[in-house]
Amino acid sequence: MNLLLAPIVLPLLFAILALFALHHPRAQRALALAGTGLLAIVSVALLLSVRAGGIVAVQVGHWPAPFGITIVADLFGAIMVVLASLTGFAIALYSIGVHDRARERHGYYPLLLVLLMGVNGAFLTGDLFNLYVWFEVMLMASFVLLALGCEKPQIEGAVKYVALNFFSSALFLAAAGLIYGVLGTLNMADLAQKVAAVEDKRLLTSMALLLLAAFGIKAAMFPLFFWLPASYHTPPPAVSALFAGLLTKVGVYALIRTFTLIFPLEPTFTQPLVLWLAALTMITGVLGAAAQMEFRRVLSFHIVSQIGYMIMGLALFTPLALAGAVFYIMHHIIVKTNLFLVSGVVHYLRGTGELKQLGGFYRAHPWIAILFLIPALSLAGLPPLSGFFAKLTLIVAGLQQQAYLIVGAALGVSLLTLFSMTKIWGEVFWKAAPGRPEPDAPPALEPARLRLMIAAIVLLAAITVVIGLAAGPLFTLAMEAAGQLMNPQPYIEAVLGGAP
Amino acid sequence: MSTLILRTATRYLVPILLLFSIYLLLAGHNYPGGGFVGGLAASAGLALYALAFDVRSARAMLRVTPTTVSAAGLLIATLSGLPGLFKQLPYMSGQWIVLPLPGFDPIKVGTPVFFDIGVYLVVLGVTMSIIFSLSEETK
Repeated sequence: MNLLLAPIVLPLLFAILALFALHHPRAQRALALAGTGLLAIVSVALLLSVRAGGIVAVQVGHWPAPFGITIVADLFGAIMVVLASLTGFAIALYSIGVHDRARERHGYYPLLLVLLMGVNGAFLTGDLFNLYVWFEVMLMASFVLLALGCEKPQIEGAVKYVALNFFSSALFLAAAGLIYGVLGTLNMADLAQKVAAVEDKRLLTSMALLLLAAFGIKAAMFPLFFWLPASYHTPPPAVSALFAGLLTKVGVYALIRTFTLIFPLEPTFTQPLVLWLAALTMITGVLGAAAQMEFRRVLSFHIVSQIGYMIMGLALFTPLALAGAVFYIMHHIIVKTNLFLVSGVVHYLRGTGELKQLGGFYRAHPWIAILFLIPALSLAGLPPLSGFFAKLTLIVAGLQQQAYLIVGAALGVSLLTLFSMTKIWGEVFWKAAPGRPEPDAPPALEPARLRLMIAAIVLLAAITVVIGLAAGPLFTLAMEAAGQLMNPQPYIEAVLGGAP
Repeated sequence: MSTLILRTATRYLVPILLLFSIYLLLAGHNYPGGGFVGGLAASAGLALYALAFDVRSARAMLRVTPTTVSAAGLLIATLSGLPGLFKQLPYMSGQWIVLPLPGFDPIKVGTPVFFDIGVYLVVLGVTMSIIFSLSEETK
């Protein structure tokens, strides 16, 4: 039972300890690694216990459910926590390899841990206003991480990111106010029950759409995605990898949670709307990526396009489609983080991310090339890697619903994703280095540091392969999670204790 | 800014402000006040000291870095949620004990007091690190 709060309290404790050790980089690194490692173990334990014993809930401060704050873990939430914690561990490992003294002195590791706390909090809370608070915790940490270092492009990216996210927070707050005014509660399980009794459906739709806009911005959904490619390539690679893996997925998580539990999608209006948005998100993202010639910009646009797939899973709104969305998120977080980490290694070795200026990487570092290929092909959805099963599930679900248009879009976008990945492969790894055969001169990496960075990449690549090989059991898990999402009664009972 | 009048007044005002901040902190559970306001009052005292003398002596008066103060506050606030766990209650459940005080009314001490002390220290630390770095920037 107490395990439930560990994914939130543990990173906080380690962040505090790291703050005490602010001027001792070695201690900070050890704390970051220990904290995220312990977090990963605890998260897996939480997932196993939720799977064995069903949904768990804690009423923080012993205030009973609709009045206090409830922390609750169902399978979907627990899966997300595991993914966040594993990513956090890989990022910590990688950051230690990067060895950025200046950023470490200004609190890089405490911020990293606080960000993880915010992300986990958002995945585990059962209260709409508390979700807002976790969003803010996460955003505050991400604002600082994004701007830390004060390089000019970083500040430019940070301004766009902050402005758009504040706008989204304002929408979220307005929606929360409206909901509280009408329904008198913000506890999600309580809301799920009270929404059914509301007469005026128009009011409900406007609440739902406000939340859709608020979470849509955070998830980088069409048409409000432009802040993402404008900012994600500016901070150091480890930071953009963390953001790429986790932050938009918190938005997706919030969308899925809201539109299954509180405002289940309605076939008359919200469902077709979300379906269209999903298709447009996919297509604009992948077309944007096709036009880019910078490593991390290409990858950033692909985040947008991939978000479309997850939203598609939600929009189809069948158990199989939601299982596809859950599986897709599992696959995507790991793969996307890894691609950004590889782009970071290229950046540190060559001092640039411009595809035109890169080349000859396969000849110089064949192992790094292979390590790029695993997540890249998985992203495009080639069997037997994780992305294939994720996309297959979504497409089968789409065919079952006879939503041929979105299935066509998903297949086309998949092909274009493969095109983008081969573009990077061709430019960075395959073609000869342009002009002079460039040695790995500017900022030279010590082998020991490079080994740590590679270790993080290998870890994530191994997880990708495992997701692909163990697709069967993991898919069963995703189906169970989707079953809980489609039938919220046990969730409501776990939170409210059976009493109405 | 640093005049003789301000410096002399500051020597008397700072102790009063700090004392008042602790009063606000402790009164906060049942009356207006609390850790947040208390922390602000305390940082007003330190900020006044930094204005009247200089930032370096204000830093010296705080003895540890503002970051350490905030970290200590966070730690106290986080740990204040733990005692309830031993009674099989959820995290952050309030626990109270009554301290008998001969000749006076008994004092109730509970975990929310420690949470408030944590808030007090966090607010003090954050405010001071903002004020210190801003006033060092302008020089």
